[in-house]
Parts: sequence; structure tokens; C-alpha cells
Amino acid sequence: MKKFFNEFLRGIAKENPTFVLVLGLCPTLAVSVSVINGIGMGIAATFVLLGSNIIVAVIKNSIPQRIRIPCYIVVIATFVTVTEMLMKAYSPALDRSLGIYVPLIVVNCMVLGRAEAYASKNTVMNSFFDGLGMGVGFTLALILISGIREALGAGTILGHRLFASFEPAFILGMPSGALLVIGLLLGFFNVLKGRKA
Amino acid sequence: MSASQFLTIFISAVFIYNVILSRFLGLCSFVAISKETKPALSMSLAVMFVTTMSSIITWFIYRFLLIPFDLTYLRTISFILVIATFVQFVEMVVRKTNPAMYRLFGIYLPLITVNCAVMGVAVLNSDMFFINGRALPGSFWYSAFQGVCAGLGYALAMLLMSGIRERLDLCNIPESLKDFPLAFIIASIMSLSFLGFNGFKF
Repeated sequence: MKKFFNEFLRGIAKENPTFVLVLGLCPTLAVSVSVINGIGMGIAATFVLLGSNIIVAVIKNSIPQRIRIPCYIVVIATFVTVTEMLMKAYSPALDRSLGIYVPLIVVNCMVLGRAEAYASKNTVMNSFFDGLGMGVGFTLALILISGIREALGAGTILGHRLFASFEPAFILGMPSGALLVIGLLLGFFNVLKGRKA
Repeated sequence: MSASQFLTIFISAVFIYNVILSRFLGLCSFVAISKETKPALSMSLAVMFVTTMSSIITWFIYRFLLIPFDLTYLRTISFILVIATFVQFVEMVVRKTNPAMYRLFGIYLPLITVNCAVMGVAVLNSDMFFINGRALPGSFWYSAFQGVCAGLGYALAMLLMSGIRERLDLCNIPESLKDFPLAFIIASIMSLSFLGFNGFKF
């Protein structure tokens, strides 16, 4: 059990997909305007990651080595389609605000990266916990980025006003604000890492 | 289909909604390959070629397969498969027929399969130029042109970025900001300056 727990924790801290591996940034930056979008994208990506990790781990021995990448892509695309349809049916508002970034989970390097680097070499249970850890790590990173952007850029968190009198820095809600926040956060985590070492 | 429509597509795809700086598509390759100008140029050429061709191919798939048979929910899976196959095919052809060109941009082709810019433009085309399951008049040319322009926008951002990063080599940068963090901060300032094009609407 402890082993699985370690697999799970690895994705959250030591190999966090956003801040350490720097994978799958397109959706991270594009949807992190508000926390609710961030959570929605995080859950969608986690679902795809879990599904594709499990399936790839199950069928890894029957995939021919040379065409493994197309096989992984088909598996991932299937789960993305399922997510798209579920989201359209049960939360159309979220689907509208995430827009093209839902189908784009299919080209998220994080999902393919985990299939290739982890699930294709490990057991189903390990892959499940790896996918869960990576997904949760991704979601937490999204919540952090979108929290900063929403709090400073719009003065709200999940739609609730934070400060009585505060002039929001509009720029953080814009694309350039997203790039600035991720740049500074990456620098900040580098400082932390340097201090520990 | 009119000239002004094409001009609008050009301005908005290259400047206002630049694939990298405003839509964040293709960000991974943008940060990873923009350290020097030469590889950046090769990568941009390869992306430009693939976005154009995949816009054309996916238009045919969407118009003649997915819409008539009411299969639009298979858009994601069919687009990514077609793009991946096409890219693989081009890589094989280029490697066999033209080694010089292969060295110039062929090695970047496999990377492009999972480049969000290519898939993103294909999805955008099918969102923008098909309304309620019907193709707008001239949508084929619009899609192809948007593919070209998205590639141009990618190349523009890539070349600007690599030019800046080449000069940064000589600068004294804080240890913790080296590589990725600084690249994002530069991109942020570039994106800010591209905001100026926002007033450029027709």
C-alpha cells in the first residue's frame, strides 16, 4: 500500500507535471482565468490520464513496438471524446468556457508522456496511481495559477469578492498575465529547490 | 468570399490571436526550441507546412465524412489520427527523397504530431467556418488560409523569441530564472506588446 501511496505522491510534488516536468502547458495557461475553469480542466485531464494509463498498461504487451505511439493516441483520443461528450451533456457552461481546449487534451504532452514513459512499462495498479497522482498534481497546479490570476486579476475567488476596495490588475486576466504568472512561479520553485539542495 | 475576409483572417491569426502568444498553442515547442535562430526557423517552416496541409485535409474529412454521416462527435479522434498519419508519411517521403531538406526540418516533424498548434487550428477551422453543420461559402479557402496564417504567426513569435534569447546568452541572469522561467517572462512581455494589435479590428 505504501508503494502505491508513493506513486501517488510523486506526481504531486517531486514530478509535478506543470512545475517540474513543464508538460502540458497550453491548457494550463489558456483556461486558468478563473478557478472554476481550472478545476474543470484539471478534472477532465485527470479522467483522461487515468483512463489512458489503465488501458495502456493493460494492453501494453499486445501493442507492436513500432506503432505504439499511434496506438496510445487512439486510446487517449477515445477518452477525450468521452470527456467532451460528458461535459457537453452535464455542464454545457463549462464546456463553452473551456472551448477548444477540451479536444486539445488529446495533444497534451503530459498524457502521452505518461503513457510512453510510465504506463507502457508498469503494472496496471502502479499506472493507476501514477495517473491519479499526476492528475491531482496537474489540478493543484491549475488551481494555484488560476487562483493567483483570478484573485489579482478580477479580485474574486470562485466568483466571491475578496476585498472591499481593490482595483484588480486587469492584465493578469489576459494572456500575457498567464505567461508572467507561470514564469515567476517556475522561478520561485527553482529558488526553493536551490535552497533545499 | 471576399478580400476583406481574408485580410481579417490574416490580421487576427498572425497578430491579434497569435497562436502562441494569445491562444497558447504550441507552447512546449516554442519554449524548447527557441534557444537559437536556426533551429527555430526550421521548426517554424515545418509547422507552417503542417498546419496548412492539415487544415486542408481536415476540412475534407469534416465536410465529406463527418458531417454527411452525422459523426461530428468523432472530430477529435479522426483529426488527430489523420494528422499523425500525414506527418509520419511526410517524414518518410522527405527522408527518402531529399536528405538536405530532411536535415533542415525533417527531424522536427515527429515532434509536430503532438504540437497543439496543428490540432488547434484544425479544431478552430471546424468551429469557425462550419455553422450548424453546414459549411460557409468559401470555407475551404478560409480554412486553408487560416492554416497558413497560423503558421506565419507561429514563425513570427518563434523568430522574435529566438533572437531575444540568443542575446540573453551574454547577459548575467539570476540562477533561478535561467531557461524556462525567463522564457515565459519574455513571452509575457511579447504578448503584452501584441495586445497593441487589438485595436486593429475591421
